[in-house]
Amino acid sequence: MALLKRLAEHDRDVLPFTLDGQAASGLRGDTLLTAVLTADDYLRGSDFSAEPRAGFCLMGACQDCWVRLGDGRRVRACSTLLEADLRVSREPGRRP
Amino acid sequence: MSGQDVVIVGAGPAGIRAAQTLVAYGLRPSLIDESLRGGGQIYRRQPENFKRSAKALYGFEASKAQAVHATLDRLQKDIDYRPQTLVWNSEQHTLDTLCDGVAEQVRYRQLIVATGATDRILPVPGWTLPGVYSLGASQIALKFQGCAIGERVVFAGSGPLLYLVAYQYAKAGAQVVAVLDSSPLSAQARALPALLGQPATLAKGLYYRAWLTAHGVAVHQGVALRRIEGERRVSAAVYAADGQEQVLPCDAIAFAHALRSETQLADLLGCDFAWSPLNRAWLPTRDAAGRSSVDGVYLAGDGAGIMGADAAEMAGELAALTLLGDIGYTVDRTRSLALQQRLEAIQRFRRGLETAFPFPEDWAARAPDEVMICRCEEITAGDIRQTVAQGHWEINRVKAMCRVGMGRCQGRMCGLAAAEIVAQSSGRDISGVGRLRGQAPIKPLPFGVETER
Repeated sequence: MALLKRLAEHDRDVLPFTLDGQAASGLRGDTLLTAVLTADDYLRGSDFSAEPRAGFCLMGACQDCWVRLGDGRRVRACSTLLEADLRVSREPGRRP
Repeated sequence: MSGQDVVIVGAGPAGIRAAQTLVAYGLRPSLIDESLRGGGQIYRRQPENFKRSAKALYGFEASKAQAVHATLDRLQKDIDYRPQTLVWNSEQHTLDTLCDGVAEQVRYRQLIVATGATDRILPVPGWTLPGVYSLGASQIALKFQGCAIGERVVFAGSGPLLYLVAYQYAKAGAQVVAVLDSSPLSAQARALPALLGQPATLAKGLYYRAWLTAHGVAVHQGVALRRIEGERRVSAAVYAADGQEQVLPCDAIAFAHALRSETQLADLLGCDFAWSPLNRAWLPTRDAAGRSSVDGVYLAGDGAGIMGADAAEMAGELAALTLLGDIGYTVDRTRSLALQQRLEAIQRFRRGLETAFPFPEDWAARAPDEVMICRCEEITAGDIRQTVAQGHWEINRVKAMCRVGMGRCQGRMCGLAAAEIVAQSSGRDISGVGRLRGQAPIKPLPFGVETER
C-alpha cells in the first residue's frame, strides 16, 4: 500500500517503470522515491537487520533511500528523477 | 582538471547571492551544487513541468524565493554553473567532484562554502519505520513533489519549521492529526522581547499557529514525542503530556528539533571550529565579514551556523564582497558594514528563537537503551552507553569502538544525538565530548566512477 499521498500536480505524463520486475507507473517529474512510495511502502532493507526503510531526509543527506537500476547503477531515490522504462529494484538488506 | 579562480559550493540563497556579487565585479565564478535546479532547501524549486504558483509553494516568502531563482537563471550565462554535482573531497586548492558518475577535479584560488543545513534529529524508538520523515523532508515532499508523507500526519519536535510545515500541509489539503511542540508556552512568552526585533518574522510564526488552531488542528505545547509505533510502517505516535502517555493513531510523522549546519567540507578544508552554545554544535569559525580561519576560504549561510534564508542571502553577498576586497578589488565598504549590522540583528532574533524553542535538555536522559541512534550502522543508545561504560567518552573514540556515526551518512543524522548520549552517560558537558571529524568521501561514492582526462 502506498506511503505517500499525492495532493497536487496530478496532470502530468504517466511514465511506466518496473519495480522489482513488476509493472508500475509514476508521473513525469516524480523522483524515484515518489514513484515507488506512491505505489508501495518501502525502498530498501536496512544493512544489518533487513528492516524496511523508506528514506528519511529527502535531501541527499541520510543515505537511506538507495535503490538499484537495471543498468547496475545505485542511486539515491530522493534525488533521481523517474524516466520511462527504468528498471528499479530494491535491495532486501542483510539479516543478522 | 578545470575550473575558475573563485568557486562557490552550494546554490542556495547564500551561494546565489555570492555568485551575483562576484559577477557584478566582473568575475566568472564556478557555482557547484548537488541539487537538480538550485535554490537550496527552503527555496527548493519544483520540477520544470510542475505548475503550482510561487505563492502556493512559498507563501509569504514567494517574492524572495522568486527573486533568488530569477537571479540564478540570469547568472547562468555569466558563471560556470554545475548542478547535480557533489563535492566529496578537498585538498590543496582542489575540489574533487562527481557528476553523473564522472569524477573531476576543480581548482580554486578562493572558495566560498555555502553548504546549508539539514534537520537536527533527536531519535525516538520507531523513528526508522517507513512513514517517519524529518520535518524538512515532509516539506520537500510537498513543495518539490506535490505529495504528503501520508494520509494522517503528526508533526512533532520544535522550531519555526514545525508550525510552518504543519500549516502548509493543512492548507494543501492534508489531514494534520496534531502538532506536538516540545517547547512550553512559557518559553515562547520569555522569548518575546528578543523576537520583537524582527516583527514580520514573529508575526508569520504567530499566524501559522493561529491558523492551525482556527482550522481545528490540535496543537499541544510542552509535550514530548516518546515513541513511534508500527509493524512495518507507522501506526501511531505516542507522546507524554503531564506525565500521561497519549496515543495518536496516524500513518506518518514528521519530526525534528530545528536545524544543524552541514560542516563536513569546512572540516576537510582545515577550518578551525569552535563550540557554539547557541547552536549547541561545533561550527567553523568566521569573522564578522565571512572569512574562515583558512586563507582564501569564506563561509556563508546556514552551513556556518543556523540563521535562516534571509541571513543567508546577506551573508553570501557579504562573503563575496570580503573576498573581492581581499584580492584587491575596491568594494563598497558601506554596503559590507550595513550587511554586517543586519546580520547582527538577525543573530539577536536567533537567540530569541532559541529561547522560544529550547533544546530539550532531558532528551538524552530519557532516551531508552533500545532507541536506535545510528540508522546506518544500527547502533542503539544502549550500545553507546556500554562503550562509555568501558571508559570511552571522546566522540571519535566512541565512533571507533561502536561504529556510531561511521555509516553511509557519516553521522549527519545521528552525530549530534550520539554526542548527547555520550555526554549524558559520561557525566560531561555536551561541549566536552569532542567533535565528530569529517572524512573523505563526505558522501558515498558509487563503484565504477569514471575520471575525466
